[in-house]
Amino acid sequence: MTGIPGADPSDEHRVQAGPGLPAYAPGHDRTLDHLAHHAAVVLQGVTAGYDERIALEDVSVAFPTGSLLAVFGPNGGGKSTMLKVIAGLLAPWQGTVSVLGAAPRVHARRVAYVPQAEQVDWDFPVTCWDVVAMGRYPSIGPFRGLRAIDREAVGSALEVVGMTDHARTQIGRLSGGQRRRVFLARALAAEPDLYLLDEPVTGVDPTTQEDLMAILVAEAGRGRTVIATTHDLAAAAEHFDQVLAVNRTVIAHGPSSLVLDEQVLARTYGGHLLVLGGSTVLLDDAHHHDESPRGEQHFHEGDPGAHR
Amino acid sequence: MIETLLAPLGYEFFVRALLAAALVGLVCAVVGSYMILRGLSYMGDAISHAAFPGVVAAYLVNGPFYLGAAVAAVLTALAIGWIGRRARLRSDTVIGVLFAGMFGLGVLMFSAIPTYVGDLFGFLFGDILGISVMDLVALAVLGGLVLLVVAALWKQFLYATFDPLGAGASGLRVVALDYLFLALIATTIVVSLQAVGIILVVAMLTTPAATAQLLTVRFGRLMALAAIVGIGTAIGGLYASYFLDVASGATIVVLQTLLFLAVLVFGPRTGLLARMRQPRAA
Repeated sequence: MTGIPGADPSDEHRVQAGPGLPAYAPGHDRTLDHLAHHAAVVLQGVTAGYDERIALEDVSVAFPTGSLLAVFGPNGGGKSTMLKVIAGLLAPWQGTVSVLGAAPRVHARRVAYVPQAEQVDWDFPVTCWDVVAMGRYPSIGPFRGLRAIDREAVGSALEVVGMTDHARTQIGRLSGGQRRRVFLARALAAEPDLYLLDEPVTGVDPTTQEDLMAILVAEAGRGRTVIATTHDLAAAAEHFDQVLAVNRTVIAHGPSSLVLDEQVLARTYGGHLLVLGGSTVLLDDAHHHDESPRGEQHFHEGDPGAHR
Repeated sequence: MIETLLAPLGYEFFVRALLAAALVGLVCAVVGSYMILRGLSYMGDAISHAAFPGVVAAYLVNGPFYLGAAVAAVLTALAIGWIGRRARLRSDTVIGVLFAGMFGLGVLMFSAIPTYVGDLFGFLFGDILGISVMDLVALAVLGGLVLLVVAALWKQFLYATFDPLGAGASGLRVVALDYLFLALIATTIVVSLQAVGIILVVAMLTTPAATAQLLTVRFGRLMALAAIVGIGTAIGGLYASYFLDVASGATIVVLQTLLFLAVLVFGPRTGLLARMRQPRAA
């Protein structure tokens, strides 16, 4: 661990956990206790998994409000699990989680979560407009349809992602990049304080990647917290201020320029990494994106170009 | 022509049957629109069969069949949902087990009755012409309840169906909505039992909605089209069965199936003919 970024050493006052806030076991890291009141997300001693398989083990980390953070690591390394724990979709086996100053789900309406593209039924009978409108649904009461204010938010979200012309298109007829744009628009339309994005720029064309990242940078600039998973190292290094390297537990956390060194990468990806003449080569076992993101080199066993 | 169509309306039992058919067509189409998108068609079939022991039990104790069917159907629906979450079994496996088990229990109880009970055959294959005024009132109340719940929560159901993770993260209670939806399917089936019977009710739920899905890419229109198809085929099938003197529930279902096949072949969007004539580039 490279320490907790966002912890301001000059900030002396310590706030005790009050009623309504998650009670932390005494003796835990007091810096994290303190941060619970300033950070958008705090995980403390979190262990989580599915059935009997552990995906995350003893993770303690805090993300300050306004962070633009990439969570990266190998497939199955616990990236998506971390997002689900923060979103309140998965209860941790151990440890405590604070999201926007309370337990997960308490402020769910201020959280927008975008799942991986593979988890969506693209034949579903909805248009781009309909999908983006869903971002507004939680704030609309029973029986009611979209209000004027909701239509405005949907329209402007579609405009921000450049999909206004496709508002009436069924989502299955969009390209991979356009689909990611629409799902980001749904998150924008919800006007959240915390974005949780699972592989938002994986397998999309470079233009879309640039556009989507520019939007996320702008949102972080407005004080919204953005947490995105990626296994695209180049994207993590290039676009995000902060990175968190995860492989079952936290390998490293800090500014991307400092954290992404060979040692950290080696520990994150284990044996799947080769360093050849100063350039790092990731032997990625991931195949689930349509095209290799720029800058990421893939070598597979049996590839004529793979040197062992 | 018009006189021929108006003639049966002179019979009160036919008017009651017509109202019941239209109501069942509407409620099934509305619930079925979500059901097909949630991949719960097989579940619908299971729940309807599971209602049978409830119907037989109600008959044995002289209770209202609605109550027996509703209790058995809702309990089975919830049990499937619960066991699916608990046991590490695929949900279609759990459905297969409970579906056959409950229907078997019904047949066992049925066969234990020493006398011939034609009424119970009515629940297996439907007996829409035998619907009483009281039945119709019960149908309207239960059907109205289902429509009211959908009217209140249509957005939540849609979001939770399309993207359960995104919906859950934004604060919707997805698991509660899942259970509530199973209860809606069960209630809809109870409403439809007398009209089309346990064995065919799944068609009322799936076929109009599936036909509509061939025609549109928007959920609101899908539900509206399904309602038109559901009500239209229910009324048309009832008339056809009256003139042909054949089983009404079966006629409605066969009509729905024929319409589905016709749309599949000739429909403007997914029509196989249209596709052959004009191969679309990716």
